[in-house]
Amino acid sequence: MTGTDTTTAPATAGAAVTAPAPTGADPAVTAAALALGDDALVLAQRLGEWAGSAPVLEEEVALANIALDLLGQARILLSLAGDEDELAFLREERAFRNLQLVEQPNGDFAHTIARQLYFSTYQRLLYAALAAGDGPLAGLAAKAVKEVAYHQDHAEQWTLRLGDGTEESRRRMQTACDALWRYTGEPFQPLGGLDVDPTTLETAWLDSVTAVLTRAGLTVPAGPRTGAWRAGAGRQGLHTESFGRMLAEMQHLHRSHPGATW
Amino acid sequence: MVTTAPTPLEEELARIAGAVPDPELPVLTLAELGVLRGVHVLAPGRVEVALTPTYTGCPAVETMSTDIEHALHAHGVPEVTVVTVLAPAWSTDDISEEGRRKLTEFGIAPPRPQGPVGGPVALTLAIRCPHCGSTETELLSRFSSTACKALRRCTACREPFDHFKEL
Repeated sequence: MTGTDTTTAPATAGAAVTAPAPTGADPAVTAAALALGDDALVLAQRLGEWAGSAPVLEEEVALANIALDLLGQARILLSLAGDEDELAFLREERAFRNLQLVEQPNGDFAHTIARQLYFSTYQRLLYAALAAGDGPLAGLAAKAVKEVAYHQDHAEQWTLRLGDGTEESRRRMQTACDALWRYTGEPFQPLGGLDVDPTTLETAWLDSVTAVLTRAGLTVPAGPRTGAWRAGAGRQGLHTESFGRMLAEMQHLHRSHPGATW
Repeated sequence: MVTTAPTPLEEELARIAGAVPDPELPVLTLAELGVLRGVHVLAPGRVEVALTPTYTGCPAVETMSTDIEHALHAHGVPEVTVVTVLAPAWSTDDISEEGRRKLTEFGIAPPRPQGPVGGPVALTLAIRCPHCGSTETELLSRFSSTACKALRRCTACREPFDHFKEL
């Protein structure tokens, strides 16, 4: 395996990876903004894939609204790290710093809800902690945490409804929670540039998710989310199989027609 | 930016910018929505307007900026820049009383007041149907036609309606 060449090769479109960060920016803060911005961007794209195929119209609108909130966060965060369009559309897969959790395919509706539950619970804890500080991301976090509260509520209500619904809905929700569990250790790995250490949020996350799953009549997954068998190196630029295809769809228009406007 | 009391000219320009209608909810002006954060005359003929988004991803911000620029150009200001500010974060408490009244008239249940953070805990009021005034309403979906609204239904008159969510 040739390791890091997609991020360092100078001659290809990958060169645009290093869109200059705003001058005077702290590189550690820029890196953190990129990681959190990529989480929001990638999940927004995934949720947007439901447009036209969600189970009911209300849900299609809800998922699109959540995606829009995330896209707004992504635009602000990526702008702290450089040019938002260059970062979104011209980076190669290995230059993305999002968690592997957010790039997981939508699967059935239960998988999307499990992903939402795991991610929104983490994001709300992180933004609440950032908002309480006075770091460079505090302003955005204070604004976004109020939006994310609705995302988390939406995911929790659906988890309860599916887990406590029919035999089929319970089975699917349990399968989804189990399948994504191995990606839930990564959000709590240390991330520099923030005035919050994500490792300190893990207990609150586990408590919150355990409470929802228990109320929904679901079993808290027992698989590995920490240690050698856990999944998740997205913050280091290593991504799962389906991510490349998602990026291709997200980026192809911009790459095929550089400079195109609406 | 040094914050000083607005000059009479700045107050006048703020009135003009504030009178621009919201592109999504044209019954409301930007002033009533509470998104206008300040108008500063930087130099003769050069004005900066500070605008805050309702939601981070609100797509109306760009239209608002263009509309403000047009309004101030029409008033004879040649150079207008609109900057977006995030902090302090916008809250539905920033919608004026007049704005709330207009929302109801328009068929949208206004957001309930939240009060200051750390203040006394507010009573959770029922959401009233903007059509018949009944408090017997139920949630259909947490997200409606825009991110800032939820979809509800009145169990008295059976009409569905939008509710401006508290934020």
